[in-house]
Amino acid sequence: MTITPFDPALGEVPRPQTPNSWKRYFSFNTDAKVIGIQYIATALIFLLVGGLLAMIMRGELITPEADLVDRTVYNGLYTMHGTIMLFLFMFPVLNGLNNLLIPCMIGAPDMAFPRLNAAAFWLVPVFGVILMASFLVPGGPAASGWWSYPPVSLQNPLGHLINGEALWIVAVALSGVSSIMGALNFVTTILRMRAPGMTLFRMPIFCWTALSAQTIQLIGLPALTGGAVMLLFDLVVGTSFYRPEGGGDPVLYQHFFWFYSHPAVYVIILPVFGVFSELFPVYARKPLFGYMFVAVASLVIVGLSLVVWVHHMFPSGVPQWMRDLFMVTTMLIAVPTGIKVFAWLATLWGGKIRLNTPMLFALGGLFNFVFAGVTGIMLATVPVDIHVNNTYFVVGHFHYVIYGAATMGVYAAIYHWFPKFTGRMYYEGLGKLHFLLTFIGTNLNFFPMHPLGLMGMPRRVSSYDPEFAFWNVIASLGAFLLGVSIIPFLLNLVSSLVQGERAPANPWSAIGLEWLLPSPPPAENFEANVPTVISGPYGYGTNLPLVENQSDYERALLKV
Amino acid sequence: MIVTPANPDPAPGLEPPSGLLSNHPAGHAEGHGPHANHTLTGFIIFLCSESVIFLAFFTGYAVLKLSALDWLPPGVEGLEWRTPLAYTAVLVSSSGTIALAEWFLNRGSLWGFRAFWLLSMAMGSLFLYGQAIEWSGLSFGFTSGTFGGCFYLLTGFHGLHVATGVLLMGLMLIRSFLPGNYDGGEQGVVAASLFWHFVDVIWVLLFLLLYVWPA
Repeated sequence: MTITPFDPALGEVPRPQTPNSWKRYFSFNTDAKVIGIQYIATALIFLLVGGLLAMIMRGELITPEADLVDRTVYNGLYTMHGTIMLFLFMFPVLNGLNNLLIPCMIGAPDMAFPRLNAAAFWLVPVFGVILMASFLVPGGPAASGWWSYPPVSLQNPLGHLINGEALWIVAVALSGVSSIMGALNFVTTILRMRAPGMTLFRMPIFCWTALSAQTIQLIGLPALTGGAVMLLFDLVVGTSFYRPEGGGDPVLYQHFFWFYSHPAVYVIILPVFGVFSELFPVYARKPLFGYMFVAVASLVIVGLSLVVWVHHMFPSGVPQWMRDLFMVTTMLIAVPTGIKVFAWLATLWGGKIRLNTPMLFALGGLFNFVFAGVTGIMLATVPVDIHVNNTYFVVGHFHYVIYGAATMGVYAAIYHWFPKFTGRMYYEGLGKLHFLLTFIGTNLNFFPMHPLGLMGMPRRVSSYDPEFAFWNVIASLGAFLLGVSIIPFLLNLVSSLVQGERAPANPWSAIGLEWLLPSPPPAENFEANVPTVISGPYGYGTNLPLVENQSDYERALLKV
Repeated sequence: MIVTPANPDPAPGLEPPSGLLSNHPAGHAEGHGPHANHTLTGFIIFLCSESVIFLAFFTGYAVLKLSALDWLPPGVEGLEWRTPLAYTAVLVSSSGTIALAEWFLNRGSLWGFRAFWLLSMAMGSLFLYGQAIEWSGLSFGFTSGTFGGCFYLLTGFHGLHVATGVLLMGLMLIRSFLPGNYDGGEQGVVAASLFWHFVDVIWVLLFLLLYVWPA
């Protein structure tokens, strides 16, 4: 890359992106910032779809009898809810953040492979449509749960070649291809396209966590894809990889599935750790406590995440030594994670805390994450896990992670960087209302699942014993509240995009390369004037400049 | 530089016809010259990731084989290994010819490159031909228990990679005839050659697992 030093005498500054046709958001555009917004918008649409399915389920569960939907429909509902939320909401929304943030944070003009990037995005609507189409095929969508264990997933009673389960496998495989394409791009960009002076240990933590998460994608996804290919052959061609009657081994599939799908949780939560690490210093006005430890802890989590998967299979007939080993490795994950949590608490300690919407979401997300971490350690313990396996306790635990921590972290990120990438301020009041409804709704919805699980209510049932009714009613009310909480969120996004106040370049007085760009940043970010980074991130209260000639960059932004 | 008034957003149709794993589209790269080429970094990361699929299949094969009561389906004695060994020798030595082709390219001898490049393609195709012959003469099929499933899955998936490699090499061969295309070195050639070595190494492992490991 040719880099000319910034010459303030020229007086040329990066300008806000010229108003551009909305059509580019519907085209094969190769600009990372367009792709980022495409990803996030697509993901939010699927959040609504997945949320609607969840609310139908909670509507069913508000009474003990199975009276709202048919039992087979209910099976399809939870299968599709899980699949949509993970593969069509969570991964795309995080890839959206990656696309927006990584190039800006490291001073790169774009991703390393822009066309590959666009292709990776456009696969998302493709497999989204394939998955949605499974509602229309005879026999309905896949109904074997989001993990699709054989032999349940190998049932094809109607005998059609195109059935819900086959479409499910194809969609998940395409999602894997898309994620691998994205991961190649993110890793290469982070490794090869950093601004001069930005060593690895001067990178913002978000880039560290993105690098770690995408490394997991590269290692884990091929294994799931391999396992899914064998499942597809068993289902469609009649091979017997997983069919016990032909000498196959159904537990083998569980190994393939969890070898990826447990680390996938870290693919989701690591970038959210990154968001927390970015936001707490900004809104507490203090440097991130123990930057080096937080950065390295991400890599340790990557390593450990690859050797914990059997904890999902404690009751699946695995040998005792495997249970013992994977119990220990799973508990070890609490160490790097705990390091991060204490680093955030120490960052907040004694800071000048500013409770605006992104900070509220980050704090709420951290609270929920700690709760989920405690139940996670409980589940890592073999006797506890065998006791509560396949009960609502597990469902409660991972919804605290995926919604309580990860999705709230995503909301925090969306509010925090909304002004930067849209050039508009969001409405603080609506944002706070969104937070309040989300936080109450999350806890009302997912906390009751813990007592339910301990009482023995199994997951994936549409009718239950009347003694479970009390907590189920509360959970359903929480779910409807969560549904309502989306209204102020969408209202906020749309109305601020249309008539929000124009955003300055750095509304939060934050430190970071992305805040040295105008809002919204031009297509090529710093273009030829890539700054030279001279100090680590998060220099709050230290008066250390982040880049050479920082005052020139800041003055230039004022001219815009 | 920065004063370009309009956003240089390239229309999709205007981009040069090259692979996905190449640098910025034409309109996008204006203003800051050609990037240091990241293609190779990306490609190496891709190969590492791709090797995990093979690792998954190998592991699945080993688990199924070790836990099987009757590994071979009734009437199957095992695999004939002599002819496959000959084709293995062909595939493995094509790693040498492709390295020679690269050596010629580095010395600036485009015709030497093309000759050995074409030879490697021919050897890869010969290997595929040998595999087709072997498949057609086997007494078991894809659905003959886990043995048949694993055999066809592993050799088929690897064969797909050999075919992809031959296609990639064909593409690079065609590009060598574009005037001036290889003046600054060609990362596509390095990538195709790396891919070919990868396919060879996988085959050696596969040969050991399928033909040498006793039932």
